[in-house]
Amino acid sequence: MAIKILTEHINKPGIETFEVYRQHGGYAAVEKALKKMTPDEVVEEVKKSGLRGRGGAGFPAGMKWGFLAKPEGKPRYLVCNADESEPGTFKDRHLMAHSPHTLIEGMIVASYALGAKTSYIYVRGEMLYVIRILEKAIAEAYAKGFLGKNILGTDYSLDLYVHPGGGAYICGEETALLESLEGKRGNPRNKPPFPAVSGLYNCPTVVNNVETIAAVSWIINNGGEEYAKVGVGRSTGTKLISACGNINKPGVYEIELGVPVEEFIYSDEYCGGIAGGKKLKAVVAGGSSVPVLPANLITKTASGENRLMTYESLSDGGFATGTMLGSGGFIVFDEDQCIVRNTWNFSRFYHHESCGQCSPCREGTGWMEKVLHRIEYGHGHAHDIDLLVDVARKIEGNTICPLGDAAAWPVGSAIRHFRDEFEWHIRHPHEATRKGAVYRKEAVLV
Amino acid sequence: MIEHTQTDVRFPEETLKQVREIISRYPEGRQKSAILPILHLAQNEWNWLSAPVMDYVATLLDIQPIEVYEVATFYTMFNLEPVGKYVLEVCRTGPCCLRGAEQLIEHIENKFGIQVGQTSPDGMFTLKTVECLAACGGAPCLQVRLKREGGIHKYYENLTPEKVDGLVEKEWV
Ligand SMILES: Cc1cc2nc3c(=O)[nH]c(=O)nc-3n(C[C@H](O)[C@H](O)[C@H](O)COP(=O)(O)O)c2cc1C
Ligand code: SF4
Ligand code: FES
Repeated sequence: MAIKILTEHINKPGIETFEVYRQHGGYAAVEKALKKMTPDEVVEEVKKSGLRGRGGAGFPAGMKWGFLAKPEGKPRYLVCNADESEPGTFKDRHLMAHSPHTLIEGMIVASYALGAKTSYIYVRGEMLYVIRILEKAIAEAYAKGFLGKNILGTDYSLDLYVHPGGGAYICGEETALLESLEGKRGNPRNKPPFPAVSGLYNCPTVVNNVETIAAVSWIINNGGEEYAKVGVGRSTGTKLISACGNINKPGVYEIELGVPVEEFIYSDEYCGGIAGGKKLKAVVAGGSSVPVLPANLITKTASGENRLMTYESLSDGGFATGTMLGSGGFIVFDEDQCIVRNTWNFSRFYHHESCGQCSPCREGTGWMEKVLHRIEYGHGHAHDIDLLVDVARKIEGNTICPLGDAAAWPVGSAIRHFRDEFEWHIRHPHEATRKGAVYRKEAVLV
Repeated sequence: MIEHTQTDVRFPEETLKQVREIISRYPEGRQKSAILPILHLAQNEWNWLSAPVMDYVATLLDIQPIEVYEVATFYTMFNLEPVGKYVLEVCRTGPCCLRGAEQLIEHIENKFGIQVGQTSPDGMFTLKTVECLAACGGAPCLQVRLKREGGIHKYYENLTPEKVDGLVEKEWV
């Protein structure tokens, strides 16, 4: 049986209640941390665990915590990023809705480690039912003395609140999230200063993803070194992967980092293979922002090694032949899907979600959407492909926040790996715009 | 459709209590942080956010009306025009399209004889498209805010045109 760190008890009846969660060993990490450890010792364990941020960037959590400034007389904040809006990603919602106490326990331990007296969970507004579930669980934790004044009789006190968003992908970007939490439009901030120095209300702040925070309890209970034994190399621990698209078993799977991609796609334990017995065409492995890979490059690296579900293996080959683990949003395309259409769809998404502060992103995402739309609808020009590559390059690296890159990468990678499919659309507009028509190249199907 | 004039805008006492509790979650002087949760309460109360509603929210938070307009226009969940009793918010993003979202949207358009952004003539349904709802495993999907359930946006997943027909008949009435 594969090890489950976050979801071992997620299917137990009543696990959303304090009582059942507690019966399964819940809140032991709060007891251990608050009664037997100093905040710095908690940070130290997280450093040893090698836990990396699960929101997309994979930045080591312990190191981020270590950067938190501690000026006298200023409060510090922990803010949990539960905005989960990256297309293909639905793992945080799964965890919070089924086992809210897993996140709350992690929030208490992490807040203690950082010296936060007030912490917020920023949940995207569409998930109001999840907010209700969390609020109910938080009320239980207060009633049992795990939140509020002098938790478990110690001198540590913490208030924990849930804050709803209003519908905006950009608020997943941590500084936009903080702006939003301050009651403003979600415009990302220029960095530096980083949130660790000046975040929420200009105070030192740590922003972490739901899954990152939820992993902290296990690390405290079992030790950072134990956690580091799970997984492969610098990809320690487990990861929630939300699998969707044309597979037999869409859903959220907790994997030990290091599972071969091929096994993840075809084994009945995970995706269960391609739906309808079709062939695999492509995969977007870590949410819509990461480069798309054709079937032959997702299961094997360019040098012919088996690709694994780890940060390092998925990015093997750089952007030329690799991709990223990202948020763990695993989107599978079968042989009947059109890459051009999907790329246009993603471009529309980024254009729609651009906050509009920087011209390369605001204008560039609009141009990419427009050019892709005309290719998809049979009005493409021969030079449009190069134009797209040029626009994507001009956005990349020239914006305030990484949304610009996130918009450019899907376009760049689709052209890199499926250029002939774009050319086919431009050369054969009548055929390409026939209902249900797809470009087929057997060589890239698996 | 009834055009709400929304001139006499005031939350019921129960909701005002909630408003005060929400404001207390943020530090002294940072009451503006409460703007999104309160706009959600307002939208659930009046179905959409007219200028008088936004002005009222500004007075509750002791901020300028422009600060509320700025925020309300930035976030996609807020209706800035009157909407039908049920707003069908269908996800149109890639993963849902791999499993039939486009056909679903077309079906709803044809069923009510409306296009995305419009409201059915009887004032019952407004069709909106939204971006990924974090429910791609249950694609295609849509959300509907149910006033009777305290304004919760209920997720409906693994939809087909037939399932939508059934929901129109039995659930969204
Ligand atoms: C456009 C954009 C959207 C993002 N959306 C999310 C999100 O929904 N959830 C999340 O945890 N991180 C998201 N991130 C990453 C955050 O900025 C931040 O890196 C993360 O919350 C840090 O937490 P972690 O280190 O625990 O991963 C997004 C980043 C960008 C640029
Ligand atoms: S890159 Fe795009 S989303 Fe990010 S700050 Fe600039 S305009 Fe806004
Ligand atoms: S793409 Fe529709 S819910 Fe994610």
